[in-house]
Amino acid sequence: MSVQTTVSMNRRTLLKASGLLGGGFLLGQLPAGSVLAEEAVQDLVVTGEMNAFIRVTSDGRITIYSANPEMGQGIKTALPMIIAEELGAAWEDVEVLQSPVDESRFGRQRAGGSTTIPRNFDSMREMGASAREMFISAGSLVMEVPEEELDTAESRVVHTSGRYMTFGQLASLAAKQDVPDPGSLSFREREDYRIIGTSVSGVDNLSIATGLALFGMDTRVEGMLYAAYQKCPAIGGRVVSANLDTVKKLPGVTDAFLVRGNGNPRELLDGVAIVGTSTWAVFNAKEQLNVTWDEADASKDSWRALTRDARALKGSRGAELTLEKGDVDGVFADPDNTVREAFYEFAFVSHLCMEPMNCTAHYRHGADGAPDSLELWIPTQAPGRNISTASAMFDLDESRITAHQMRLGGSFGRRVYSEYVCEATAISKRVRAPVKLAWTREDDMHHDFFRVGGFQNVKAAVNPDGRLVGFEHHFIGMSTDDQPVMGAWFRDTEFPMQNIDHVHASKTLLEIATPCGPWRAPGSNTNAFVVQSFLNEMAVAAGRDYVDFLLEILGEPRWFEEGNIRSLNTGRAADVIRLAAGKGGWGRRMPAGSGQGFSFYFCHAAHVAELAEVRVTPRKQLIVDRVTVAIDVGPIINMSGALAQVEGSVIDGLSTMLGQKITMEGGRVQQTNFHQYPVLRMPQAPKVDVHFIQSDYAPTGLGEPALPPLAPAVGNAVFAATGERVRTLPFSEAGFGA
Amino acid sequence: MIELTVNGEHHELDVPPEMPLLWALRDVLGLIGTKFGCGIAQCGACTVHLNGAPVRACIMRVGDIAGQKVRTIEGLAEGTRLHPLQQAWISEDVAQCGYCQSGQIMSAAALLERSPNPTDAQIDDAMAGNFCRCGTYNRIRKAIHAAAGFQSAQFVDAAAEVKA
Repeated sequence: MSVQTTVSMNRRTLLKASGLLGGGFLLGQLPAGSVLAEEAVQDLVVTGEMNAFIRVTSDGRITIYSANPEMGQGIKTALPMIIAEELGAAWEDVEVLQSPVDESRFGRQRAGGSTTIPRNFDSMREMGASAREMFISAGSLVMEVPEEELDTAESRVVHTSGRYMTFGQLASLAAKQDVPDPGSLSFREREDYRIIGTSVSGVDNLSIATGLALFGMDTRVEGMLYAAYQKCPAIGGRVVSANLDTVKKLPGVTDAFLVRGNGNPRELLDGVAIVGTSTWAVFNAKEQLNVTWDEADASKDSWRALTRDARALKGSRGAELTLEKGDVDGVFADPDNTVREAFYEFAFVSHLCMEPMNCTAHYRHGADGAPDSLELWIPTQAPGRNISTASAMFDLDESRITAHQMRLGGSFGRRVYSEYVCEATAISKRVRAPVKLAWTREDDMHHDFFRVGGFQNVKAAVNPDGRLVGFEHHFIGMSTDDQPVMGAWFRDTEFPMQNIDHVHASKTLLEIATPCGPWRAPGSNTNAFVVQSFLNEMAVAAGRDYVDFLLEILGEPRWFEEGNIRSLNTGRAADVIRLAAGKGGWGRRMPAGSGQGFSFYFCHAAHVAELAEVRVTPRKQLIVDRVTVAIDVGPIINMSGALAQVEGSVIDGLSTMLGQKITMEGGRVQQTNFHQYPVLRMPQAPKVDVHFIQSDYAPTGLGEPALPPLAPAVGNAVFAATGERVRTLPFSEAGFGA
Repeated sequence: MIELTVNGEHHELDVPPEMPLLWALRDVLGLIGTKFGCGIAQCGACTVHLNGAPVRACIMRVGDIAGQKVRTIEGLAEGTRLHPLQQAWISEDVAQCGYCQSGQIMSAAALLERSPNPTDAQIDDAMAGNFCRCGTYNRIRKAIHAAAGFQSAQFVDAAAEVKA
């Protein structure tokens, strides 16, 4: 397979090179149309806080700066690998540092939606290739040979004769060469890659394995106090009063006070702040806190009521149409067709980051009329958004705010808003000291931005040949202020609606106040379960092999929106389906009580097929022995990191589908800590076999797309093993246990 | 004053006896490698060794362990020489977010002291108290086997030196 991928050269940024004091090379970027004068650029370079991406010193050390947040998805290792490949660096010579936060200089510094690789692949290549050409120019001058006879490898400029000079020797001279015109750059061929596609150990692994400070929670600054923050258990309740005098007398407590918020859970909700000399002092005091809340405007959400209202819609269509084509009623009415209808349910779930929300803030009051300033240490997926929110909330110019992006102890979409940043800032401002705010696990579970729960009524028909001919879908999701919440969608491109002729899709939204947010593959993580379980029901009803049934629905290889990497490509889909079926031994005879299940899903530009093998005991213990994954995300950057993302997605998906469920009554989340919210442990972890199809399409992200197909693959395997069809997430609702 | 020996160093801590060991380590001694995950001994992120045995530091009151020996992730390497588990964690590229890993390594270190060449079942049993939301379990198991291999390799090397 060979597809020409066009590299976009409409550069949003401008590369700038400079020498270093004491000798060396530095290549950074400026936003297009930057008003910074040349001298200003030099100043920034000299102070070393420039928007640098590559620095090479005369001793041959290569520093590559990673601008995007690292939360376990491996971007801090993968993006520098792309630069190093084009540059021709030896990976052992490379040190990776986290960039400062400044989106005006670095461009978008967010991580999310599995988009960091596709967004940055071309610009990282351009950066590396530009530096390479400058080293080659310098090498040509010194070695007195034509540039065409030179290439780079192992941190050297190498002549066809074998003569070479090191990057360190050439760094100062390379810095004086012209930055090449982006249109003139060529990139290495895939078959020549020495770094991209290999397995590289994460750049922070030594620090992680030895317990060095990396995470937001590990921040310690001079004179720092510790803080806890209690919000109303019914989300959005206002604080009236609290036993502050009692709390202030507790050991290690230095202050306690009420904080008035703006009612926006993404910014600052009302609460009680407790400040003290250790985390324990404030956590302990928090347990003694008695608060009177005004819950008039607080959430009244009830999972029981939502379930009742949704179930009343069983068998119906929604008032709002998403897609209608062909004559689905005619297809359902045809007595020769086999028609099935089912109702699926899925619960709210929590993010469960191992590192609870936290932020360290130092609000400095300006003396003698000088403006105030703010310094932040934040584990965050969206540092730029944190700065703009804090700027508006505390009336500070963005230039007065400095943010340090800390490694995230898990995120999965959790750390994209700014509430913990605003809480820490409000407390620091009041106590006039740097403050580390840490949430307890209970805070973290109660005040999440949850993966939204929901319901789907699905109906379909197969004709006498066993072919899927009609599909009807009613999405019953959630809205807040009449807007669908994050993840509450079922798009008109959802499989298999583009692939068949007779479709009716509609929706109903139920109003909630519980905050929801992105959770690893929003929408997809539940839509995949419903659609791939139900299509399996249809295949069973038609007496068809599920893999054959899926391949037939996909039809001829075609790309629904040619050139749009985010649209379904049935050829890529069929390839991963065949590969997973082949590698996983689809159709092999399974012992009694065991079964195989298959699923396919397309999201985040990734085509993924999964095959699960399970055993179910008579007491409904569900053991997943093995999951085979076939996935096409184009060329792999870091093989070790890529495998880790897929293995992790499978285990995370299993953990979530087995027993995780958040419920709320009277606006209060009912689960408090891990004892009520089971997480998969090592003995339950399946073997995971991963097979990549490294197609020639542009490389895309892997943080999310391997998770959605897991639940339906396991559910379909449970059906094969037991004959019981589970239409609810989590499976514990149907009596299954790990 | 509560006396405690941490990673071989003697400390006198001026803290209330009910303060959990976790917070004494992190906030008082600045040993932030031991992590806070749940506070109720469910997740294992805070695993340290108390007199050689793995415990969850979030529920151990310092007053109850006065005078005893604590070992944390910071005390695992010998100077600049990494513990075999730390080497294995790097070579197997175990960590994703990495937050739970110091607790995982401390549980694994206690296991290897008891069982230098553990079976998968022994590993599962010893590690069941530590969870990892990123789902790195299969690599953890692989790294423990690798570290056990390094250990026996070192043992063989040492034996070879003695013979020579």
